[in-house]
Amino acid sequence: MVATGEEERAVNFDPTRPIYLQIMEEVKKRAVRGDYAAGEQLPSVRDMAAQMGVNPNTMSRAYQELEREGFVHTKRGEGSFLTHENVRIESERTGLAQAACSQFVVQLRDLSLDTATTRHLLQRVEEKVNENGDR
Amino acid sequence: MKMATVEINDLVKRYRGTQALRGVNLRLESGCVTGLLGENGSGKSTLFRILAGVTRPTRGQVLIDGLRIGVETRRVTAYLPEVDAFYAWMSIEEQLEFLASFYPGWDQAKARELTQFMKLKGEARIGELSKGQRARLKFIVAFSWPSRLILLDEPLGGIDPPSRARIMRAMVQEFRAEEQTILISTHLVAEIEEFVEQVVFLHDGEVALQGNADTLRTDRGKSLSQMLEEVLS
Repeated sequence: MVATGEEERAVNFDPTRPIYLQIMEEVKKRAVRGDYAAGEQLPSVRDMAAQMGVNPNTMSRAYQELEREGFVHTKRGEGSFLTHENVRIESERTGLAQAACSQFVVQLRDLSLDTATTRHLLQRVEEKVNENGDR
Repeated sequence: MKMATVEINDLVKRYRGTQALRGVNLRLESGCVTGLLGENGSGKSTLFRILAGVTRPTRGQVLIDGLRIGVETRRVTAYLPEVDAFYAWMSIEEQLEFLASFYPGWDQAKARELTQFMKLKGEARIGELSKGQRARLKFIVAFSWPSRLILLDEPLGGIDPPSRARIMRAMVQEFRAEEQTILISTHLVAEIEEFVEQVVFLHDGEVALQGNADTLRTDRGKSLSQMLEEVLS
């Protein structure tokens, strides 16, 4: 049995959203954070599935979708590699940040907050975070 | 579409006075893990028993790799019923050696490796094992030979969370997607959300809902646990 780093990095999946999408996001996050460097070989589908505790077929689907998006390249017989274009990874950073923001905005809309109040609140929270240092 | 390992057409099972299955149609694709979800009495165990060749259906057709249930299909099917049939007086090692002769292609090295992974001691008496340890032993038996179809009926029920986690991890690592098909039932749906690729919701002996788990999540924005609640209401 292959030893994997499952214990050190368990992924908390949201069971109400497709798992393959969340795997894609996780791989992108890891790339953005620098866990995987541009052009680096990714763990095999099997190892990555064991690491994240998901079905290998779901992992395979996530890899395929990442490849379709051009974020990952698969070389026959060699494995899957992260894109070597740093620009692509940077644009994912923006994409992930945008997704987080829109989720945040939707949540606040749900509380019937208008844009001005949202901005004001955000500014105050940011100030507080800065005061307390990082977390 | 992938090849089907299991094909079930209009399956009916009547026991004295009750109808356990009322015309079930099902197709389990090769290399897939399918979750069979439903409350007690929904017909899950009956379906398992028919697939394992323990019970005969009243009506309908069941094929495994294109074959009718019989000696040949039983040779490729690993059936783990809710209640195990281990001998209390045997040690784990003795039990595994004993079982080896029943399963074609039994891999003793794999059995030992899994015993270690499951944190069990080969010399321990089965009668002295906890429920969780016995459940782990069931998994070792299921995954120590190259079966085509693995039937897991409530494998996580009534056992401690660390044992559940250990079993789930072993399943993810040992499942051979190229050649195996798994059908797993559990009322602990949250435990298997990320592991099952297909789901079948059984209600009152009928398929209430089925499909690819991620597709259903996309369409409904709900978890499998929530979908089960919906099916039951």
